[in-house]
Amino acid sequence: MAKDKAYSRRTFINNGVRLTLGLTVVGTGALSLSRSKDGKEYVWQIDPFKCTQCGRCATECVRAESAVKCIHAYDLCGYCDLCGGYFKPGAKLQTGAENQLCPTAAIQRKFIEEPFFEYIIDEELCIGCGKCVKGCSAFGNGSLHLQIRHDRCLNCNQCSIASNCPSDAISRVPASQPYMIKGSFTREEEG
Amino acid sequence: MAKLKPIAILVLFLLFMLAGSQVHSQQRFPKPEFDSGYVQPSPTTPEPRAVALEYFDVFVLLAVLSLASWLAIRKRSRKGLLWLSVFSLIYFGFYRDGCICSIGAIQNVALSIFDPAYAISLAALLFFLLPLLFALFFGRTFCAAACPLGVIQDLLVINPVSIPSWIRKTLGFIPVIYLGLAVLLAATGSDFIICRYDPFVGIFRMDGPFLMIFLGITFLMLGMFYARPYCRVFCPYGVLLGWMSKFSRWHLSITPGECIKCKLCKDSCPFDAIQVPVDKAYRTPGVSRKNLRRFILYVGLIPVLALAGGWIGSKSEVYLSRVHPDVYLAELMISNPELREDEENLDIQAFLKSDKTFEQLVEEASVIRNKFKKGGWALGAFIGLALGITLMNQVVFRSREDYEPHRGDCFSCGRCMDFCPVDKSST
Repeated sequence: MAKDKAYSRRTFINNGVRLTLGLTVVGTGALSLSRSKDGKEYVWQIDPFKCTQCGRCATECVRAESAVKCIHAYDLCGYCDLCGGYFKPGAKLQTGAENQLCPTAAIQRKFIEEPFFEYIIDEELCIGCGKCVKGCSAFGNGSLHLQIRHDRCLNCNQCSIASNCPSDAISRVPASQPYMIKGSFTREEEG
Repeated sequence: MAKLKPIAILVLFLLFMLAGSQVHSQQRFPKPEFDSGYVQPSPTTPEPRAVALEYFDVFVLLAVLSLASWLAIRKRSRKGLLWLSVFSLIYFGFYRDGCICSIGAIQNVALSIFDPAYAISLAALLFFLLPLLFALFFGRTFCAAACPLGVIQDLLVINPVSIPSWIRKTLGFIPVIYLGLAVLLAATGSDFIICRYDPFVGIFRMDGPFLMIFLGITFLMLGMFYARPYCRVFCPYGVLLGWMSKFSRWHLSITPGECIKCKLCKDSCPFDAIQVPVDKAYRTPGVSRKNLRRFILYVGLIPVLALAGGWIGSKSEVYLSRVHPDVYLAELMISNPELREDEENLDIQAFLKSDKTFEQLVEEASVIRNKFKKGGWALGAFIGLALGITLMNQVVFRSREDYEPHRGDCFSCGRCMDFCPVDKSST
């Protein structure tokens, strides 16, 4: 009889604690949900206007080959012969590797018509170092800029590049608008 | 909400103005008009993973948890649990690249509660909640068959050695500190340390920085002898699961019928989670009285430890807050003003180029440090409280006549079940 009593007391306490724990867990969930009303899915992206082209995107990504690549917003490009993103400052206007800014020769230069040239990024070769972006922003229109490619990004819980970005350019953006491409900013403003 | 709308519109307008002005300042060369019929290509924008697939992950987790609980408690099949765990390792580990995971979801929940600007995704929240709720009813079946980090270690348990209880208890306190730190650092928006120091994610991705891979291989090698080292010595989610599991409604049992105390299962558990029957010696008056005195002493110590912990925690704000990049930068610039001239220091150069003034940075840093002061109190008090309760549990004895799994420590892997000679059909 005494044992039965002891048993039922223990069961009672266990049931009570279980109920409390259950309510705490569900309550935490409800609190977390109520404090994030829009409940969106997020992905990481670089704000090209905050980016200072420090070069850490190439080295800080958890992937050996960074998920950040250079993107070309053709809308803004001046199609210059002397491209600040393609040629090293002061270099000869020849396409030899010693004249190119890109360390992996990932920018292809193609003649369109006098005097315009098209510049295409070869994503396979691009390492996301941002050297061309720096050149293009300094001497050109800034049409080359870095973006996180979502076919490559693993969408880590905490982006390793974001925690090391000196200009806080990387932040969570809604998954419905996963890119911040420069041209669309101007388009929206003009339209 | 209605009050916020005009502000939001104003902010958006300003943002567009800002964006526009920068674009114009950079538009040095107008876009040419082409005569040759050249068609301008547009940049490719590969879409991120579809949201529907995130919910599919939740569905898989729910299915795995249900199946694991059924296999552990009803079907009593170690083989079934093993195959299910291999599936989880392949799906959540190698296919999903180890992300999303319940352990890391602790930080998303913490951040969403303390940072109003951050919204948690429903999938992450469910990954946090479901295993806890299952543990509350069925024990830690999540650890047995759903957690890829646990499974990869479990499959490599080769020659587990038995660890003395006092070492296990002492090491077992590390996860509590880790949990507290992870919540504090996530809640202040400083860092997600659970993800940063996730030892196996590099192995799942077959790619990653040196430290990640090195940690992973070290843990796996250690795990051949000290079974599941990450789960037992670091896993912060395991702390929560352990609390739930201790009071679970049902739990895996070693024997399908009545324990015959044959001791065959005694050494079957690689995690030292099987409790042997407690003899009645402690019930003798002398021992019992001594225990009671110690119990009262330890209960009295709990608030003292919690207060002391809180006080120490609040003193550590200076050190802890340095994890936050803004605080670190502000301190660096105050203590080493000459670094402003250093072209090599990217962080300082990027800050000097930004619109933010130094005063704003210091102001922000002091706000964050204040958060750490409060957070430090909570962290210290939490650790003190946990320490007190652990101490108290050392002198609480429950009469136990059978060989039973320790509900907090048992991962429900089911190894012990195969060692029980009691016939299922006889019951």
